[in-house]
Amino acid sequence: MRFIVNGQHVEAVFDLRTSLLDLLRDHLGLSGSKKGCNQGACGACTVLVDGERINACLALAVQYQDRAINTVEGLSEPGALHPLQSAFLEHDGFQCGYCTPGQLCSAIAMAAELSRGVPSAVTVDLAAETIALSHDELRERMSGNLCRCGAYNGIVEAITETFSPQKSAQEAA
Amino acid sequence: MSGQMEARQSAMLASMSDVPERWLTTSARDKHGTLGAPVTRMDGALKVGGRARFAAEVPLDGLTYAAVAFSTIAKGRIAALDTTAAESAPGVVLVMDYRNAPRLKLPPVMFSAPKAGAQSSLPVMQDEQIHWNGQPVAVVLAETQEQADHAVSLLRISYEAAPAVISFGAAQQNARTPEKILREPTSVAIGDAEAALAGAAFKIDLNYRTPRHNHNAIELHAATAVWQGDRLTLHDASQMVNMTSWTIAEMFGLKEAQVHVHSPYVGGGFGGKCLWTHQILTAAAARLAGRPVRLTLSREGVFRAVGGRTTTEQRVALGAKADGTLAALIHTGVAAMTTHNNCPEQFTFPARHLYAADTIKVTQQVADMNMIANTFMRGPGESVGTFALECALDELAEALQLDPIELRRRLEPEKDPTSGKAFSARHLVEAYQRGAARFGWEKRSAKPGARREGEWLLGMGVATATYPYYRQPGGAARIRLTADGRAFVQMASHEMGMGTATVQAQHAAARLGLPLDHVVFEYGDTDLPPGTLAGGSSQTASISVAIIAATQALTEELLRLAGNESPLAGLSADEVETSDGGLRAIAEPDRFESYASILGRAKRDDISAMAEAPPPSEVQTYSMHSYGVQFCEVKVNEVTGEVRVSRFLGSFDCGRILNAKTATSQFKGGIIMGLGLALMEDALFDERSGRIMNPSLAEYHVPVHMDVPEIEVMWTGIPDPKAPLGAHGIGEIGITGVGAAVANAVYNATGRRIRELPITLDKLL
Ligand code: FES
Ligand code: FES
Repeated sequence: MRFIVNGQHVEAVFDLRTSLLDLLRDHLGLSGSKKGCNQGACGACTVLVDGERINACLALAVQYQDRAINTVEGLSEPGALHPLQSAFLEHDGFQCGYCTPGQLCSAIAMAAELSRGVPSAVTVDLAAETIALSHDELRERMSGNLCRCGAYNGIVEAITETFSPQKSAQEAA
Repeated sequence: MSGQMEARQSAMLASMSDVPERWLTTSARDKHGTLGAPVTRMDGALKVGGRARFAAEVPLDGLTYAAVAFSTIAKGRIAALDTTAAESAPGVVLVMDYRNAPRLKLPPVMFSAPKAGAQSSLPVMQDEQIHWNGQPVAVVLAETQEQADHAVSLLRISYEAAPAVISFGAAQQNARTPEKILREPTSVAIGDAEAALAGAAFKIDLNYRTPRHNHNAIELHAATAVWQGDRLTLHDASQMVNMTSWTIAEMFGLKEAQVHVHSPYVGGGFGGKCLWTHQILTAAAARLAGRPVRLTLSREGVFRAVGGRTTTEQRVALGAKADGTLAALIHTGVAAMTTHNNCPEQFTFPARHLYAADTIKVTQQVADMNMIANTFMRGPGESVGTFALECALDELAEALQLDPIELRRRLEPEKDPTSGKAFSARHLVEAYQRGAARFGWEKRSAKPGARREGEWLLGMGVATATYPYYRQPGGAARIRLTADGRAFVQMASHEMGMGTATVQAQHAAARLGLPLDHVVFEYGDTDLPPGTLAGGSSQTASISVAIIAATQALTEELLRLAGNESPLAGLSADEVETSDGGLRAIAEPDRFESYASILGRAKRDDISAMAEAPPPSEVQTYSMHSYGVQFCEVKVNEVTGEVRVSRFLGSFDCGRILNAKTATSQFKGGIIMGLGLALMEDALFDERSGRIMNPSLAEYHVPVHMDVPEIEVMWTGIPDPKAPLGAHGIGEIGITGVGAAVANAVYNATGRRIRELPITLDKLL
């Protein structure tokens, strides 16, 4: 079966029960996407499919033929980090680093959801065209990505700085 | 304080004390280099790039995947185990159970020998006996994980159950008093505390309960094992590589050097990534199959096969005089444990060291149950012990109509209240003052239920945080210096996200007088000089002392190599200091030679020296602890009982802070796990079956983004003159005191005292 992973066409032969997460980790050697529960409860396995975030542990790989799959390895080349990755370093948005790939992919898709006006449980104006990245919107929308090290404050700062630079400048002032 | 002033002050303090002066100074000329600065993690780019390979991610040819079957009874024996269907399932390589598993010796349980690391002394898959609900009973190996997971569902296992002790209440009828609690006496009695309590003008006498917790690091426990002849390589997620190596070697009848443990990245530990059955089973299955094996526990498997924090029932009784000083301080209680481990959950430790009292009684018991061995989890003892003690102080303050901070100020002891030793450093009152000013404590209403915003009631609470200073005996560091002026500092220690590797590179750079980017700290591998376990917040001190000793040995080697042609000729190691990438005579700063020049003249590419850390004698002489104050503001919904933490501040006193950035994360991480302990975490133990009923991250709740406000942390930063670098490890203090600060804030908001964790909304309705 063919897949497009991080812009590359790849072929793989595998057991049809294989999750997208196991395809990436065990068959394609892309271990950047993490497994924290294999049950959709922790978000460590979050990857982007056509720009949308999904829990790769809950997805059967066979469903994603010919779709554009992006993982943490595809966010940047070594030595040239994505601005969000740099912001994670700057704000210490992790400790052990195990939840980090999921947090990064999730945040990137979340920013896109906000700009498309996709509402969350804390959105006040459901009809808005785009939604501002408030502290509550951010935390609500990222609550599917657990961090047991408790790097939440740093993660929030890094995401805010990257996707709402104005807001983080105001806060710093 | 400027770096220079601080350096001078430390040197002065050290010279007055009985610890080596070099503990508190680094390279004199470079002051402390980057120590204290908010240096970014050195492994950060690898981690945000998804390029750090964890234990389950090592690529290997011919790898087989394991799945584990767990017992469904708490005690008894396996009556029948039919593997036929599983064995003939597609892709299955073998099924291992007690009948065909390699014969192994009993696991040396932690504390039974210096390097013993097993968390339980029970045999591992050697017989048909069942000791807890969830014990591994079979391992299936297959070509893929999917095949192994399917085949394990085809095993047919029946049991013969025997009566089990699975009720904490019933177990308490046979509670016993252990000989020791870790290395301390089980009981301490000063005067007749019960009599003093009876006669006290003000008194409270209360019981508190705390449930079981699971560490739940996001990385699942995993091991990958490869045998080459009689040599085992184990890729593990470990906070004790040397102990794992020694213990597995003992069990398999090998020499320690034959078991190579590799653990460069650990996806969170918190006490949970020690040696459990899964690593032993991985090694055994790989031996049986003659192929490499990877075993990753499922999340449910983590609850079944890895122990967590145990449940406790505690009594705190305080008798006070009218001025608030204590006539009696009593802290007793019982924790659930097993007969096959030694982890009594030292919840009475805080009461031994925190407050002055005329009479003191502390003692604790254990109640043996048929359950997975409980173990150390972040702030073992102190996290749940401070919940009881610090809630009780809040209750006493109210009885006395005193501000809770003022009460603690009046209880401040001059020396350790139970050991009588002098404190090495203690600035708790200052931490209270600074924290209170910052948090706006004066806005708290002394009367509960007095502040509201709509249907939300607002309250503030405070509690003391405390955790001992530990330094583990043993451990050695090697420093290899290359001709181009780079240093490789090696010790088999652990980086689970604490920032250890970064901080020790900062330390070594400062000590050797080298720029930070010329220093690499190598760790997490038993081929390196032996390290000590990452536990008890002890690594910072343990590694620092070893590096100090290795620097001394390296200096001696360098002077020997420098010889007579060097400007340093004739000087001894005590007469020189490291500085600007070389050695300099202390008395004559012009006499200097760079490392590169010394190595160049001797035509050497590199030079190394290794030294062992001296034993931790400082803790014999002094009472050494970290302190802090947790300030919490909560909002409690009057209609639903929902509790939201709206503000939180931790004000700490933990000696010198070595990296402001990673330290902040350590403190906050501890506090956040403390919010989990306060409000949601509970591994529900079914007292009918002995089985944990919520073994998943969907049902065992940990704090998520939305539960966590912006947390503030601050510290006194005053160096402890008796600790290496003046610093304390800070991995655990952050969780202590949090449960009480939240409970006290909930009381202040609602007037409801919740004495049983977690404070869920049903308890507030
Ligand atoms: S591994 Fe997919 S959500 Fe946890
Ligand atoms: S950084 Fe360790 S789980 Fe998030």
